[in-house]
Amino acid sequence: GIRCVAYNNQSNRLAVSRTDGTVEIYNLSANYFQEKFFPGHESRATEALCWAKGQRLFSAGLNGEIIEYDLQALNIKYAMDAFGGPIWSMAASPSGSQLLVGCEDGSVKLFQITPDKIQFERNFDRQKSRILSLSWRPSGTHIAAGSIDYISVFDVKSGSAIHKMLVDRQYMGVSKRKCIIWGVAFLSDGTVISVDSAGKVQFWDSATGTLVKNHLIANADVQSIAVSDQEDSFVVGTAEGTVFHFQLVSVTSNSSEKQWVRTKPFQHHTHDVRAVAHSPTALISGGTDTHLVIRPLMEKVEVKNYDAALRKITFPHRRLISCSKKKQLLLFQFAHHLELWQLGSTVATGKNGDTLPLSKDADHLLHLKTKGPENIICSCISPCGSWIAYSTASRFFLYRLSYERDNISLQRVSKMPAFLRSALQILFSEDSAKLFVASNQGSLHIIRLLEGSFKHLHTFQPQSGTVESMCLLAVSPDGNWLAASGTSAGVHVYNVKNLKLHCTVPAYNFPVTALAIAPSTNNLVIAHSDQ
Amino acid sequence: MVEQERVRVVRCGGSELNFRRAVFSADSKYGATRRCRPGRGWSLPGAAGKNCQARRDSLGGGSWLGKGCMRAPPGTRDGAGVCVLCEEGDTPQARGTAPWGARPLPRLSPAGRLRGPGGRAHVSRIGWALGRLEDGPGVDVYATAVALPRGPSFFRTESYIFCVSGDFVKVYSTATEECVHILQGHRNLVTGIQLNPNNHLQLYSCSFDGTIKLWDYVDGILIKTFIVGHKLHALFTVARAEDSVFVTINKEKPDIFQLVSVKLPKSSSQEIESKELSFVLDYINQSPKYIAFGNEGEYVAAVRDFYLSVYFFKKKTTSRFTLSSSRNKKHAKNNFTCVACHPKEDCIATGHKDGKIRLWRNFDDDKKYTYTCLHWHHDMVMDLAFSVTGTSLLSGGRESVLVEWRDAAEKNKEFLPRLGATIEHISVSPAGDLFCTSHSDNKIIVIHRNLEASAVIQGLVKDSNIFTGLMIDPRTKALVLNGKPGHLQFYSLQSDKQLYNLDIVQQEYINDYGLIQIELTKAAFGCYGNWLATVEQRQEKETELELQMKLWMYNKKTQGFVLNTKVNMPHEDHITALCFCNAEKSENPTLVTASKDGHFKVWILTDDSDIYKKAVGWTCDFVGSYHKYQATNCCFSEDGSLLAVSFEEIVTIWDSETWELKCTFCQRAGKIRHLCFGRLTCSKYLLGATENGILCCWNLLSCALEWSAKLNVRVMEPDLNSENIAAISHSSMGSDLFVFKPSEPRPLYIQKNISREEVQWGVFVPRDVPESFTSEAYQWLNRSQFYFLTKSQSLLTLSTKSPEEKLTPTSKQLLAEESLPTTPFYFILGKHRQQQDEKLNAALENELVQLPLTENIPAISELLHTPAHVLPSASFLCSMFVNSLLLSKESKSAEEIPDDVDMEEEKERDDSDEENDFTEKVQDTDNTDLGEDIIHQLSKSEEKELRKFRKVDYSWITAL
Repeated sequence: GIRCVAYNNQSNRLAVSRTDGTVEIYNLSANYFQEKFFPGHESRATEALCWAKGQRLFSAGLNGEIIEYDLQALNIKYAMDAFGGPIWSMAASPSGSQLLVGCEDGSVKLFQITPDKIQFERNFDRQKSRILSLSWRPSGTHIAAGSIDYISVFDVKSGSAIHKMLVDRQYMGVSKRKCIIWGVAFLSDGTVISVDSAGKVQFWDSATGTLVKNHLIANADVQSIAVSDQEDSFVVGTAEGTVFHFQLVSVTSNSSEKQWVRTKPFQHHTHDVRAVAHSPTALISGGTDTHLVIRPLMEKVEVKNYDAALRKITFPHRRLISCSKKKQLLLFQFAHHLELWQLGSTVATGKNGDTLPLSKDADHLLHLKTKGPENIICSCISPCGSWIAYSTASRFFLYRLSYERDNISLQRVSKMPAFLRSALQILFSEDSAKLFVASNQGSLHIIRLLEGSFKHLHTFQPQSGTVESMCLLAVSPDGNWLAASGTSAGVHVYNVKNLKLHCTVPAYNFPVTALAIAPSTNNLVIAHSDQ
Repeated sequence: MVEQERVRVVRCGGSELNFRRAVFSADSKYGATRRCRPGRGWSLPGAAGKNCQARRDSLGGGSWLGKGCMRAPPGTRDGAGVCVLCEEGDTPQARGTAPWGARPLPRLSPAGRLRGPGGRAHVSRIGWALGRLEDGPGVDVYATAVALPRGPSFFRTESYIFCVSGDFVKVYSTATEECVHILQGHRNLVTGIQLNPNNHLQLYSCSFDGTIKLWDYVDGILIKTFIVGHKLHALFTVARAEDSVFVTINKEKPDIFQLVSVKLPKSSSQEIESKELSFVLDYINQSPKYIAFGNEGEYVAAVRDFYLSVYFFKKKTTSRFTLSSSRNKKHAKNNFTCVACHPKEDCIATGHKDGKIRLWRNFDDDKKYTYTCLHWHHDMVMDLAFSVTGTSLLSGGRESVLVEWRDAAEKNKEFLPRLGATIEHISVSPAGDLFCTSHSDNKIIVIHRNLEASAVIQGLVKDSNIFTGLMIDPRTKALVLNGKPGHLQFYSLQSDKQLYNLDIVQQEYINDYGLIQIELTKAAFGCYGNWLATVEQRQEKETELELQMKLWMYNKKTQGFVLNTKVNMPHEDHITALCFCNAEKSENPTLVTASKDGHFKVWILTDDSDIYKKAVGWTCDFVGSYHKYQATNCCFSEDGSLLAVSFEEIVTIWDSETWELKCTFCQRAGKIRHLCFGRLTCSKYLLGATENGILCCWNLLSCALEWSAKLNVRVMEPDLNSENIAAISHSSMGSDLFVFKPSEPRPLYIQKNISREEVQWGVFVPRDVPESFTSEAYQWLNRSQFYFLTKSQSLLTLSTKSPEEKLTPTSKQLLAEESLPTTPFYFILGKHRQQQDEKLNAALENELVQLPLTENIPAISELLHTPAHVLPSASFLCSMFVNSLLLSKESKSAEEIPDDVDMEEEKERDDSDEENDFTEKVQDTDNTDLGEDIIHQLSKSEEKELRKFRKVDYSWITAL
């Protein structure tokens, strides 16, 4: 499921963190393509995600660490303990220079963002219970912090709480045990909007600390809120799977008085909507049902085209399945294990499009668990079906698979070289004699596979000055050519025989989504995200 | 011609049916009866035939009781041996000619052939009468009773509701639920009413007759008529546009409506032409529900199908918003059904067919518009209304639940459930304290702000199917018929009010389309209202019939009917008729049911006591049948000695003592549709009407057909107070009423074309106070009144009174007693004024002599209580009156004693009795002692006092 969503207005990118700790970055201008991803880690449950200083992405989680991601090398730059117990919320200041985290112990900590790290600055007044939500006033002078049963308003300069706004626990006449403030939003006019577990959306006046308006919108928790940059609309997500849109509407056409009005409900989710984001043209929501839904706002869309349609991102954008054509094996990649399946077969014949009866059902051959808490980044099975390779963030594994007459045996190839630490993409050549590994330093290794052992052939070093890592590989069926592509630059074609860079296809505006080399003609086919 | 006794067809508890064409006056009827062409009687339809002949032979003209009875020979159904109608020739052989074609049984020729003229003469006569009718003066139809509140209803200062009822606008008091005025003057259906926004004591109404009328509804006076010329479908007023109103008119095509504004010119004359129309909106719906004005007339919103159009008066632009109307399931029911505008904000609420309510905002921008959905109703939203402040929105629909949405929030809603029937309209009083809903069952409910129903104005419940027909409850003299589903309604015709509903089915009614409900099909009162028999049925499939008969006993303690006996499946098939034996002497109540299964069953009341309690119950006593024919009708004779049961074409007569078949009559003229015995002096006759349009009268003594007439009888009802029988025939021209005595084939009264549509049921209602119509033709109306119900559920009667006259005196009084509403201001100001009054009084008391209480002065009471025509002349009275008032004062000034009196009065104002006695005495003595001297020699001071007194003491005049 999706836990957090953070939208970056400058680059029009969306960072999505999932419950397994994976962070994905989608490029909204490139047709919602998932450009980058950071593999998860069992101990890192992300609770908050935010962009700061333009392009820097931070996340914080229940292990109490603040993590910054390296968006170029696609790895974690550093992790820093905030020393406040699990972190429940995080917010970057409007200027982007400061980072605020809310911790389990009720402390709100302010960090200064330095060019290459973050630095603890000070604590705000400590509250009684955990800080579940945080929001900066756009002017940067105040913050609102949602806790259990109350909302605190802090003055940033003094760091003291100036208001404590108690939230009604009552829900439809029944008093719930606790009212959890799942989200707050501070508007520039001083209004604080809170969403809570009693299904309410409440408007508070932060100057006086009083409740202005109350919208009861759901029977269950309202779990997330996001306000547009113009502050004329916001979106909330509920545990019922409904997303409500609120708009600031003038009361009458000729008066300047405006009011917040609940307008449209959207029911695109089946489960809790844990995170919402508001881009200038769309409402973005994600939740437990793992779908990322991008709902464009019709009134903001200039022309009706494909972009104006509702988008539901359900399928992964990465290659998670590889197959061995000869042995009819399929390798499925999961977060912490791999599964090997033998395809079923049929004796019947039929026309194209017919469904044939299976004479032998698909068979689950192997369940391979990873060691350690890290998620699998990529995996591959050789076309001959005798090699399996996979990689986590810190280790690379290669296995020799022998499968004959229902006897299956797996043997790990040990003594991997030191440079093979982690791979972003693994590919076997068509004859299964060579293994191509794209490492996260941007280098490309070629390894010759022998019976039970291997030999490192060559390493293509990245072009000077770039640290961009390759994440797409394609090899020609005759094994002479290797094409590799990164996240933004062009496609490099290497000659495997000469071990030389053959040429570079110039970069296109949109990222590459798939690569292939045609078997007979050796033409390179490149698919881009703009179709 | 008797002008003052004009009979009109009057609608009672009616509907929105436009009934203006069915108008009758007495003189037309005279023409019809007097100038009928004698000798053009027509054929004797039906058959007497062999069995008739045979019977005659066997009985020999003697008493039929003596010889037993003849059964029809086998094979009569096939028509063998039965005479046929002869169509040749025009020579009537009958001995007396009946003006409407009925005539005594002609002598039969041996061949069994009858001779008589064809039926054509009859038809031509109807046509002639109709022609005569149209020149007749007095074209008036009056609708009375609570008619369906067709249009919106409104309040003024919480005291009146207006509702449209046919051609009239009715004014009801919200407090007493009485109709206080009927505004009449429109010549066609009234389609819209609106209060004058600039003068809340005035009301605009518009009608199909192309006029807009302005009324003073407090006094019920028509102020002005504006003639527009087009057929007006709806009316709207806006406070901002002072001299114009908005109406919807129909342009060219039948389905294209326009909203136009009509300028109402200022003029002092009564009738003003106002043809100045300016176009506002096109492509709208005709009903006022589909149009709403918002923000004090800044814009108007109109909906139709899938469009919402908003016209801004300032910008003069129209924005149109379209909802998706694709065929898929999600959007198929997106149709707009109603619209309402927020009174303060730019917000339009629209109701939809799928039960959604959408709240539109930002609609001045074609692109940035937005809407919210509120969804509770499962079926179409019938009407919407905002409260005066706009904080809550009211909606209603088929669920019969009024929903109040507070702050336009989906989760914040209140309900007023169980309102009984579909909510059709909702309106809100201008002050916001009351709402009112009108319902499909002819009901208005006034609802208080806190969602408590405070008053119900219930008319005759309109049910789509009246199976039970019209009946009269012998106790209350109330009209009884099907009401709410599964209920019998008791409707008082005198007060035009529903008395109560009797739940017969006693099951929860689920209002859902396509659900087969239990239907109350038959009901009958017996034994002077002590017993009520009802039959209910439910048929899902052809073979699965659920039947239940219930017998209800009147309980004097609770003043209501209590279920006594429940009979499951009393018959195998549908029950076609139900009748009680209403003979006076009968000690044992008897009920007869006739059914399609070929049997009729006799049910009697027996002792059902056991050791625990005494009880009575009904059991089946006798089952009769006749050749497996379906029993279609049953009827007891007046004295209860005979039972007539019709089996399709054959009428059988049974002795009610022994349940022996006495005789049969067969007319070979189609199935018997109606059957009834004559009453009083005509009790020897039995009348039957067949489906082939023949009315037969049999003489029970001679067991022969007395006369017959060709008449397509739809309704035949005997009058319980006289021998008269009313029959209503139906033809393509309309329905005609005939009133006749069974003894004479000549009708007493004919009223042509009483209704354009088919009359379904009729009933005679005994009058409380007999009328005294002098003219012969109306004598049948003296003791009872005839009510009938048409297919479109309008209850009509023949009456000589106009509806204004029919308003009860009590409701008239209400007009006079219009009191100030008790507002908080009243409490403040009223108190203040009272104090002022008291002060004034005190001052007066100091200044003046305490006057005796006016009520107790004999002269005044005498003056007020003696009839005006026996009073002496005014000059004499005046002097006496003044005298009586002045005497106490006089006595004081003259004799110096009254000072004490004065003192006493001031001291003990409470014991006014004594005091008054005292003053009276003084008065008397003065009268005798001083006499006229004082009257003529009023001193100057006295005159002054008198003047002062005149100025002061007006209160008693208003109090009277």
